[in-house]
Amino acid sequence: MFYREAGQFKTTYEADQALFPIRQDRIAMGLILAVAFVAIPLLANDFFLTSIMIPFLVFSLAAIGLNILTGFAGQLSLGSGAFMGVGAYAAYKLTSIFPDANVIVLVLISGVFSAGIGAIFGLPSLRIKGLYLAVTTLAAQFFLEWCFIRIPWLYNYNASGAIEIPRREVFGVIVTGAEALPLTRYFIVLSIVVVIAFLVANVIRGRIGRSWMMIRDMDIAAELMGVRPLQTKLLAFGVSSYICGVAGAMMVFFWLNAAEPSSYSITLSFQILFMVILGGLGSIAGSFLGAAFIWILPVFLRFLPGLFGVEVAAESIQHVTFMIVGALIIFFLIVEPHGLARLWQIGKQKLRVWPFPY
Amino acid sequence: MLYDIFIDPFVQMGAQPDFLIQVLWEGFVSGILYALIALGFVLIFKASGVFNFAQGIMVVFAGLTLVGLHEQGVPAFLALILTIGVMGVLAYGIERVVMRPLVNQPDIILLMATIGLTYFLIGFGEFVFGGEPKRMITEELWLPTGSTAIEFGERGLVLLQHIDIAAAVIAVLMVSGLALFFNKTRIGRALRAVADDHQAALSVGISLNQIWAIVWFAAGIVALATGIMWGARSDVSFALEIVAFKALPVLILGGFTSVPGAIIGGLIIGFGEKLGEIYWGPLVGGGIESWLAYIIALIFLLFRPQGLFGERIIERV
Amino acid sequence: MTRDIPAVIWPAVIWEENKMNFRAFALGTALSLTLAAPFGAGVAQAEDSNYVPLLTYRTGAFAGSGIHIANGMNDYLKMLNERDGGIGGVKIAIEECETGYDSQKGIECYEATKGKGALVYNPYSTGITLQVIPKAAVDKIPVLSMGYGLSAAAVGNTFPWVYNVPVTYWDGASVIIKYIAEQEGGLDKLKGKKIGYIFLDAGFGREPIPLLEQLAKDYGFELVQYPVPAKEMQNQASQWLNVRRDRPDYMVMWGWGAMNPTAVKEAVKTRFPMEKFIAAWWSAGEEDAGAGGEAAKGFKTLNFSGVGTDFKALGDIKTLVVDAGKSQTNPETFGGALYNRGVLNSVIIAEAIRTAQEKTGKKVLTGEDMRIGLEALDLTEARLEEIGLAGFAHPMKVTCEDHAGSHPVFIQEWDGKKWVKATDWIEPMKEQVRPLLEAAAKDYAEKNAPWPVRTEACPN
Repeated sequence: MFYREAGQFKTTYEADQALFPIRQDRIAMGLILAVAFVAIPLLANDFFLTSIMIPFLVFSLAAIGLNILTGFAGQLSLGSGAFMGVGAYAAYKLTSIFPDANVIVLVLISGVFSAGIGAIFGLPSLRIKGLYLAVTTLAAQFFLEWCFIRIPWLYNYNASGAIEIPRREVFGVIVTGAEALPLTRYFIVLSIVVVIAFLVANVIRGRIGRSWMMIRDMDIAAELMGVRPLQTKLLAFGVSSYICGVAGAMMVFFWLNAAEPSSYSITLSFQILFMVILGGLGSIAGSFLGAAFIWILPVFLRFLPGLFGVEVAAESIQHVTFMIVGALIIFFLIVEPHGLARLWQIGKQKLRVWPFPY
Repeated sequence: MLYDIFIDPFVQMGAQPDFLIQVLWEGFVSGILYALIALGFVLIFKASGVFNFAQGIMVVFAGLTLVGLHEQGVPAFLALILTIGVMGVLAYGIERVVMRPLVNQPDIILLMATIGLTYFLIGFGEFVFGGEPKRMITEELWLPTGSTAIEFGERGLVLLQHIDIAAAVIAVLMVSGLALFFNKTRIGRALRAVADDHQAALSVGISLNQIWAIVWFAAGIVALATGIMWGARSDVSFALEIVAFKALPVLILGGFTSVPGAIIGGLIIGFGEKLGEIYWGPLVGGGIESWLAYIIALIFLLFRPQGLFGERIIERV
Repeated sequence: MTRDIPAVIWPAVIWEENKMNFRAFALGTALSLTLAAPFGAGVAQAEDSNYVPLLTYRTGAFAGSGIHIANGMNDYLKMLNERDGGIGGVKIAIEECETGYDSQKGIECYEATKGKGALVYNPYSTGITLQVIPKAAVDKIPVLSMGYGLSAAAVGNTFPWVYNVPVTYWDGASVIIKYIAEQEGGLDKLKGKKIGYIFLDAGFGREPIPLLEQLAKDYGFELVQYPVPAKEMQNQASQWLNVRRDRPDYMVMWGWGAMNPTAVKEAVKTRFPMEKFIAAWWSAGEEDAGAGGEAAKGFKTLNFSGVGTDFKALGDIKTLVVDAGKSQTNPETFGGALYNRGVLNSVIIAEAIRTAQEKTGKKVLTGEDMRIGLEALDLTEARLEEIGLAGFAHPMKVTCEDHAGSHPVFIQEWDGKKWVKATDWIEPMKEQVRPLLEAAAKDYAEKNAPWPVRTEACPN
């Protein structure tokens, strides 16, 4: 009833193949973008922007990156944290080599390095599959982490062994460093995420995306039908790592301001993987939902006792948060193994047939 | 440069044979300990196809329960028995709450469920026992603590820790015990049947749920043994959970389903890693242990994609 | 939903039945939270209080060290509230925020608390300190990284908002070298000696390397490095095998958390002479040395906070806070080395608040006032006596140029059961350290150009 597509006739192929062929979807997307670009900047305070929205967007992008590899191309990877790190370190080196260049462009370029490294570590995927591949991607994770510590050139020989982001201006506006306003950083992050998400959505429904899905569903069959596994898998690794790399660079440039190698550890890889699986494998919207769930829920839980006027020791909250997050992950996997994206689908179906149950 | 890589390490080995023996011994001991963790993984993977990521936290949890009970004034051996009981309850709970509803889901979902379980156990363990590291009750469990020095030649000296010897003995006992259990008992045979084919096993009247509870329990006991041994080497703390990552290259090397594979894989990784770190590590600044095991495993894997002892992968379209 | 859901997971059932009714779910969560966590830690923040957020960690891989620090910091401030009604008649509002030593959560804690009028931040992690340093000048909230963080921050004219009193890592490393030289009979005797350096392979452990390398060049000893990756903290067999092969004359350690007890155990195992094994002040916990038990006798660490409970202020903490059940401190760990470190951290905070109140004439402070208090901090012997902590720490004074002060530290030794003070206060090699600090600060400012030029007036 609310979500009724009956009566929306397509008269051209373009209209039929549009990204959002249904009017309600277009309206919903417009509303979401309006909220993101207008309502949140008007209403949100600094804490909401810096500790909730910016990390959420960064993680969403990383989750989209991993989702391409794991959800669409079917290659399980536990190394996304390190690929994010490659992006961050590359962007850091680029800003110190080209101090006057537009830092947003540099962040976008840094993903290229990440893509290259990702493609190299994707080579074993031609022979190794499934969980075995997952464990081999750990080799990438640990090796790259070791490089971040052991190659001082990467962090400009800083005594602290960390990368610290200097102040940079774009068109006279401070965009990085401590003085950059949360709102500025939010707009940059939001714009990059929105653009990349739309690009990915279009790639996914095109020839490339379909060949990834063929490889995922059955690689031998795909090969017989003329999909080249080498190019397709490496392309998936490359594109996925590019997006992860950009997310990693944004993480340090627009959110954390400084990063140690441990910021890109295996924990981060797991965080991203959680988002992808809980959000829904093979779904762009799911990546956003998963990131929201994994990032925002603990923040919410931390403030929950305060909202009720109950005082709880800081570490007890932490313990309980761990337990609740763990339990909810299991719970969601049991109730809906296809992730939050599927719940969204079900919700849409309910709206379509409302007020009838079927 | 080539000399440094190909000749010098061997010259060093020859120059100090006692040291080489010590390195090999350390490699052997770490190999055994890695194998113990890997064993926990293999048991569960064999019977249920679940890649149990929670094995690491189970090690910590078992160790903490043991030490925590002892701190409450429970005698050491009673604490040991109670801990085994706790692991049994945990196994039953996991089977009931996590595994049973998730039957027949894809690998990755089951893997994620065990990661969720890891999170839960981290929070729960810290909530109950606190985050402080605890000292393993080595003496109270009648485990030896001293060391034996074997001297030979001029300056030759090899130090053997008694606890390491005990670890090796316990590992061997454990593996043989498990082998006996698998081969000679009714439950053991049922377990192998389940490992071979879930549906066939079900059709001849084997209860999948019961078998799964048993393998999780067995993995819990292996975790307890691992916890005691690792705990005695450093101490029992949540940082120990990370050690479980060490079992992964062992697993892919040995194959996910093979018990002897876990042992041999563990030894290869143990030896390879120690020799590599000591003799080749200094060339690149040391600390290569964290990834060397993975690279070793990766190289093996490129030649045998199913691991050394894994079942052959037959692909059909 | 046709799947049979076991009754054990009752929340699942509730969820199924009330999918729409999220409120019930949230309420249930809140209820279980309330039931599960009976302790109240924070103090409700009143209008007229000085708000001090404590970024602590009682969870995660480094909890073993973090818990004692957190307890010590909390208890001293609570004691001041109980005994004196706060500082200058104004209560201190204390709030702990759990970081788990994780830089993501650390920055979240910072953002969550800075709006509430935070006076000062104690990140207790090198990573979080580095993230917070550039923000300090912008948000006008000083950072107090007591004996950790960025060594270069000692240069006050470059870092007016960062304080690492009483001493930097580089000072500490120089004290160790000085002590070794003393044992050997003079700095010239260091020539040809081999000194091993085992460290946590992260920013924290790598920090002292430039200074050690410089000193190795100056005095002609050989520095051998043994990095311990954070993942391998509890698996140091290889590092100690290398130690056995290289046979260094002395071992120096920069460890934290679970790395410490493991290293001590391994050193005992390889029969390294423990009296030649010297660690930084973050290895000074009882559990760290205690892991080696009797055999670890002779193991030494640096320290700059009192050993034992024999201080009047600690007695007050015991009666007013710990025994009164207002603290999370386990009575057994009360007065331990890291606990006392936490107390000293709070002493510095409290004294800075007091100084700031005197300097500005205000009672309720802001971060900017606090900065003045920290920069004008002068903890004299008489003052230490007055607050009941005579001999607890070396008198310390912050100047506008020097925010660390390179104050003397002492070396403590493990006697098999507890720590005992082994040496008197040893002065760091200021003349070697200071130029390196200046150079590092300049380097930092250049790399982070345009780094703000100091505009804050010097209060002294």
